[in-house]
This record gives sequence, structure tokens and C-alpha cells, in this order.
Amino acid sequence: MNDELARMFAQPSGTFRPLSFSRKNVLRRDATASEDGGPHFGIPPDEPLESDEGNSPDAQADRSETCPSGGAPVPIDPVPFSRPAERCVDRPEEHQLEAIGLAKSYRKASVEIPVLKGVNLDVRCGEFLAIVGQSGSGKSTLLHLLGTLDAPDDGSVFFEGRRIDNLPGIERDRLRNQRFGMIFQFYHLLPELTTLENVLAPLMIGKSVLGFLRARGTCRAAATRLLDLVGLSHRLKHRPRELSGGEMQRAAIARALVAGPQLLLADEPTGNLDRSTGREILELLCSLNRQQKLTIVMVTHDHAIADRADRVVCLVDGRIKGA
Amino acid sequence: MYKLLLCLRYLRTRYIALASILSVMLGVATMIVVNSVMSGFATEMQNRIHGILSDVVLEVRNLSGVPDAPWHMEQIRRVAGDSIEGMTATVVVPGMLNFRYADQWITRQVQIIGIDESTQSQVSDFSRYLQHPENREKMSFELRDGGYDTRDHQGGPEAQQRPQMRKAGWDHRRMVTELQAFNRTMSEGPALPRQPPGGPSAQGDMEDAGSVAQPPSAVRSSLTQPGAAVPQVGTKAPDQPSLPSGRASSPRSAPDGAPPGDGGGNALRSEDAMRDATPPDLADPFASVRPRSPEPVFNPAKQQHTGAVLGIVMASFRRPGGEESFLVVPGDDVKLTFPTAGTPPKIAYGDFTIVDFYECKMAEYDSSFVFVPIRELQEMRGMIDPGVIDPKTQKPMGMFNSIQIKLKPGADGNEVRDKLAATFSRELYVAQTWRDKQGALLAAVQMETAILNVLLFLIIAVSGFGILAIFFMIVVEKTRDIGVLKSLGASGVGIMGIFLSYGLSLGLVGSGVGLALGLVIVHHVNDLAVLLGKITGKPVFDPSIYYFYRIPTIVDPWTITWIVAGAIGIAVLASVLPALRAALLRPVEALRYE
Repeated sequence: MNDELARMFAQPSGTFRPLSFSRKNVLRRDATASEDGGPHFGIPPDEPLESDEGNSPDAQADRSETCPSGGAPVPIDPVPFSRPAERCVDRPEEHQLEAIGLAKSYRKASVEIPVLKGVNLDVRCGEFLAIVGQSGSGKSTLLHLLGTLDAPDDGSVFFEGRRIDNLPGIERDRLRNQRFGMIFQFYHLLPELTTLENVLAPLMIGKSVLGFLRARGTCRAAATRLLDLVGLSHRLKHRPRELSGGEMQRAAIARALVAGPQLLLADEPTGNLDRSTGREILELLCSLNRQQKLTIVMVTHDHAIADRADRVVCLVDGRIKGA
Repeated sequence: MYKLLLCLRYLRTRYIALASILSVMLGVATMIVVNSVMSGFATEMQNRIHGILSDVVLEVRNLSGVPDAPWHMEQIRRVAGDSIEGMTATVVVPGMLNFRYADQWITRQVQIIGIDESTQSQVSDFSRYLQHPENREKMSFELRDGGYDTRDHQGGPEAQQRPQMRKAGWDHRRMVTELQAFNRTMSEGPALPRQPPGGPSAQGDMEDAGSVAQPPSAVRSSLTQPGAAVPQVGTKAPDQPSLPSGRASSPRSAPDGAPPGDGGGNALRSEDAMRDATPPDLADPFASVRPRSPEPVFNPAKQQHTGAVLGIVMASFRRPGGEESFLVVPGDDVKLTFPTAGTPPKIAYGDFTIVDFYECKMAEYDSSFVFVPIRELQEMRGMIDPGVIDPKTQKPMGMFNSIQIKLKPGADGNEVRDKLAATFSRELYVAQTWRDKQGALLAAVQMETAILNVLLFLIIAVSGFGILAIFFMIVVEKTRDIGVLKSLGASGVGIMGIFLSYGLSLGLVGSGVGLALGLVIVHHVNDLAVLLGKITGKPVFDPSIYYFYRIPTIVDPWTITWIVAGAIGIAVLASVLPALRAALLRPVEALRYE
């Protein structure tokens, strides 16, 4: 029974496989299937997979992605955050996300407005990077490019060594679903769904109807645990409009984490909150970064907030300035 | 999964979508109701139309007819024998029906059809529509004692009572005769000379001749005698014409009494023969002083004229409630006027006694067809060809102008018609199927159904445009959510799926509810019609206009399947465009939208 559940959990991350990247995309570094793994607080495997079970390479890949401990028994954690993202801890020098010469301009009528003019950016594993820039400096655009929500006019984006900006749409969708978590200034929760359902949404997107229905119980448990973690366990059945701004942002963070991403992209997460609530959210992100070694890329215009990050870069005039 | 969840949530939270559900529902319900009622009407009507007509009719263009029906039938069998089940020769002539009602003569324009009562039921359902149960078993042109249906035997539980039919038959005939006699006695009777004893003897003669099947056994009142005498002096009696010649045709009602076989080719009539056969010693002793004495006295209380079966509509009218009132009933006499077969045709008329009504519920037929025995009609019209002797009866053969053909089940009427048309000269003969006869009507009903279907489907299509507009609104409203879903990894196809399944569920719910509503309405359509009639004060369904008491409905599962599938298809099609728009929305643009 537990094995079965573990396999089901393995499914969402298992569907995104580095093997599916075409060879030509691998420009920088070779990465093998077994090398990548990530922090798993979304749906932690409750039970380690038995070694005698995975004979096929597929199962091997699944397991290695799902279970960072590489098959070693991991006890059920009462606090999921305490489990570190081992890969990033192991090799902190590894570039998890890399942007080279990103350029993007918007066209309004016949006037071309360049927003990014060749941005080079490195994000290491487990790093908390803040990108600071004035309004309209292209921070959000950069974040969208990093998160494959938009395609750059020039340059390329690499994630764990593979180029991702020119992937086919379906691969990018899968990437966003399983590897990236995104939070926004305006929370962007779906108003029709309850808090719990909002948090479950990425899991629903990642699974087929049947797959979700079969793993419903565990998915719910994972979502509930995350909501508990962000302090919203009493708000499961509430609609977003019944929540405060801070609660909504916390729900959005829970949603971003539920599928077990390796990278969190935050677009001014405190921009719409008052100072103390903003600080709470920031604390939450910091603790995620510290305890889970979750890589976070946050854009903000507020230097005070940016100072909490490990590293701050400035986006000025479409280029990265300083470190 | 998120597709279903969101689709369900949208369904529950977007009340504007209810508008499109409603429109789909109404469209589907209306289409189902209209189709069921229309096909009910059409089927019922086809049954009615077909009922009294035979499958194929070979008509002679010449009203005077052609001789030798057996030869024609042989020819027909030769070309299309495989498909033919039965045939009968008939004589069809236009004519005029007169009868007296409440001291006025009522005239109707009719088609007089001479039929052979023994073979007619082999070619059509004619006898099924008769009002006397025994006639339905075995048709006869003799007046029955009584026992005519007092309610429409085809009408079902809603059929109105017809109390006037209770007396129909010989009882009625005797009563009327007595009443007239009494009236006449009261007004002018005493001034008239009493009837000489010639009457009863002639009467006996008639009975011997077998023209009265069931001689009344009731003892007649004393009033009958003077009544019977009255016609003798030529007073116009209301129902029984004064002519002692009885069934004789009118041109020969002159006092001098034309000898049998006169009239320039007019054939012999059995009455004439009978009258001639009357022994001279039984004749009126005052024959020399009374102009019409040689004529045997026709006693309307005991004798009938040639039988005639009238359409029920020409003898009755409906009161506003749908109850039928009869102007005449079986037992009353009528006059039929028709052209003779001579060249040029002349006018002839004869007296007939109504022996039954038929009601095929096709108002056109019920108000225009009068069935009479073919032999009598042939004789009255001079259609007996003395040159051709029927080998079976050793009598001169009558001419006919129409052959009714019944086909075997499954035979193609059009094919037989075409074969007949190819065999018989088109200048002289017309071959028609029953559909051809009512082609215009059937085509009209068919076209009505088609047009209604197109219109109603357009209604559903309009509701499809409603769905389109509403969905576009929802997509615009949900732009941000679509962006969020995409940022969470939802694919364009998935987003499209949300809206397509939304459209599908709108279609499903709408057509499902519509289907249920439609079926409920069809099931209770008569109650609804009554209710609507009560509310509006005007009957929606007037049985006196239509041929039925109830609105007939036929629910065809295939039609319903098509309607529901069409509605769902339209709903899905209408949601394709908004769904495409949503799917192609770039997530950045969607998210930037604040």
C-alpha cells in the first residue's frame, strides 16, 4: 500500500525527465537523470522505495527524482521543512538557473521599447537571490523569462544545465508545474476555488483525472500539511476573497510549493502587503530557503526587503549591475 | 482534474451561463414537442387518408366509364400481379346530395362512389369506419334495425356521446313516417281521399323482391295508413318523396309513367322490372281514374330505397363543445343527383336511404364521399352495357370508371403506378397512388415539419451564439486566472479543455433538462392544451377542426437523439472560439492584466 502511494507521488516529478531534453539543448553541462532531485516538501514520500522494486531505468529515474535520499529509508517528518535539499547542499557552487544575454523589448505601434538589453544572471543552488530595480526596469519581465512564461528576443535560459527557453510548450508547462514555484504580488489565487483547492491546483494540473482521484487522499494530506505550515490550517474551506492579503500570499506560497519545486520565483511577494505582514511573508521565504535550501529568486523594488536575501543584484537600464 | 473542477465551479458560480442553459433547454424541449406532435399528426393523417383510399387507383378519364372490368383486372394482374392483393371496380361520379331537415332542403356537393359491398373491404379499410358493428363485420346496404354506435368507436375515452344515433335504423324510419303522416293528417289529411287498398299489396311485393332485409314486425299505428296514402296524391313529403316509383330516377317521375327500358339507352332498373311484374289483378282497381295507379305503393315505414353510406360530416355538425348533432341519421331518405353516362350527360336523380355513416376522420372525405351499391348506380346512370354479358351472372355487365387496387404488404405503390401508367393509355386512364391523391396535403405537412425543424434548430443555434458571447465574457473575465493556471503549468490544451467541457456541460445540462421537459410536455400535451384553453378562454385544440379528439404524439427515439446531439454539438461548437482564445492567451499578458 505504501509502496503504491510512493509510486503515485513519484508520478508528477517523474513525468518531467531530463532524458526528454534533446541533446542539442545541453550546451553547458551534462546532467544525467539521476543527478537531479529537489527539496520535497510538497508531497514527501512517506515511505522509502524498496530497492528491489525498481529494475527498469524508468523506475530508477522516477525514484531518484522523487526520493533525494536515493532509496535510503527516510522517516516521516513531522515538520517537512527540516529535510534539506541535499543536492544543493552538496554542491552549492552548482548553477541552478542561468541566464545569458537575455534581451526583450516590447513593441507599441512602431516604437520599440527595449526592456532587457542582455541580462546575464547566475542563480546557485539553495541561493536566495533578490533582484532590485525601479518600477518599469524590467524585473517582472526578467522573472517571466526565467520562469518560461515568456520567450526572450535574444539570449537563453538554462535550468540545471539545460536550455529551457526554447523548449516546446508542453515541456515548459511541465517545467513550470513541477520544477518552478511562482508567487505574485497580487497572489493570483483562483477565486472560484477554496484555499485547499487552490493549493491542490498544481497537483491537479500535473496529474490526469484518474491519477489525481487515486492519489487524492495523499495530495490532500500534502496540501493540508503545507497550509498548516504557512499557518492557514483553519482556512482550508475559505474562498480567497474571505482571506486577508497576508493569508492569500501564504496560500499562494503553499500552492507554489505543493508540487515540490526546486526553484521559487517570487514577483514582489510583499509589494501589496503592509510592512509587518510583508515581514512575515519574508520570514517564511527565508526559513524555506534556509531550512529547505530552496532556491528563491525574488524581484522587488524595496531595498530593505532585498537585504534579507543572500545576494542582491540590481537591474538598471535593462542590465544587471553589481552583485 | 482542474478542468472538471473549474468547469463545475464556473457552472455553479456563473449564473449568466444559466441563460444559455435555459435557451438550450427551451430549444430542445420545443423541438421535441413539435416533432412529436407533428409526426403524430402526420402519421395519424396518413392513416386517415389512406384508410378509405386503396393503395393504387386506376381511373378512367371518361366519367361514363368503360366496359369489362374483368379484362382490365386481368391486364393489371399481368403487369403487376406480384404486388397485388385485391382489386375491385367502382364507379365514381360527382353529384349532389339533398336531404330535408327542419323544413328546408340541404344540399351538399359530393362524390358518389358505387362500390361492390362484398369486395370493397378487400381493398381498403372502408368497413372499419362504419358506425354499425355488424356493418363493420360485414358491410351491407340494408338498413339495420338499430344498434348503431352511440359514440365514436375510434375516439377512445374522450369520444362524445351521440345520443341521436340511438334511434337510428328502422325505428327512426317508422317514427318519422308516423310523425309525418300524423302531421299531414292534422293539417290536410282529412281533406284527402283515403288510400285505396292497393298499397299493402304492392308493399308485399316489395318485400318478396327482397329489398327489405328486416321487415318491421312492429304493429303500426292506425295513423300509418293515411300516411302511406299521402304520397299517392303527389304531396311532397318531407323525407319520403311522393313518387311511388321509389328508386326510379327522376326524369321518369312524370305522371304518364314511362315504360321500362326507355330514356334513350337508360338501362333497365330492377324496380321497373318488378313493377311490371306486378300481377295486373293486384293493381289498383281505380287505375283508370288515377294517373299513377300502376305504380306499386312505396311504404316508407316498411321499405327502404337503395342504401347509401354517407360521410358523417355531411350529415352532422359540431356544437362548440365538440358534441355532434345529426341532421339526418340512418333511416332517413336522401336524394342524389348525378350525371348520366349518356352523350351528352344528362341529369338523373334517385332516392336513397341512409343505411350507415362512415367516419374516416379525414374531414375532406367524411364530407364528400357517398357510397352506394355499384349495380344500382350503374343502372341509374345507364352504365349497363347490354352487349356484354357477364359469364358469371348471365346479366349485362356494367361499366366502371375506376379500379381500386390493394397491394401486398411491402409492395411499392409508385412502381405499380408506373407500370399501370405504361400499360394503359394515358389519354384514357390515370393511375394514382393514395399518396398522389393527397400529395399536396402530405407534402405540405412534410414541408411544415421540415421548416419548423429548421426554425427551431435556428433557435438552438441562436442559443449557441448566446453561449459564444457569454463564454467570451467569461474568458475576458478570467484572463488573469488563465494566466495563473498557465504559470502553474496548465497547457493551452488544458485551458481549452476547461471551456470546451464547460460548453459541453452547458449543452448536456441544457439538453438534458430540455429533453425531460419536452417528454413531460409531450406526455401531458392534451392536459396542457386543456389548461391553456381554460386560461386563454379559447380552446387550443378543437376536435371539431382536427380529425382527432386527442393531440396525437409519436416520440421517435432517433429524432430525439439527433436533437439532443445537435444541441450539445452546437453548445460545444459555440465554446470552441472562446476556448481557443483562452488557450492562445499568452500567460504574461494575462498576468500583467490587473
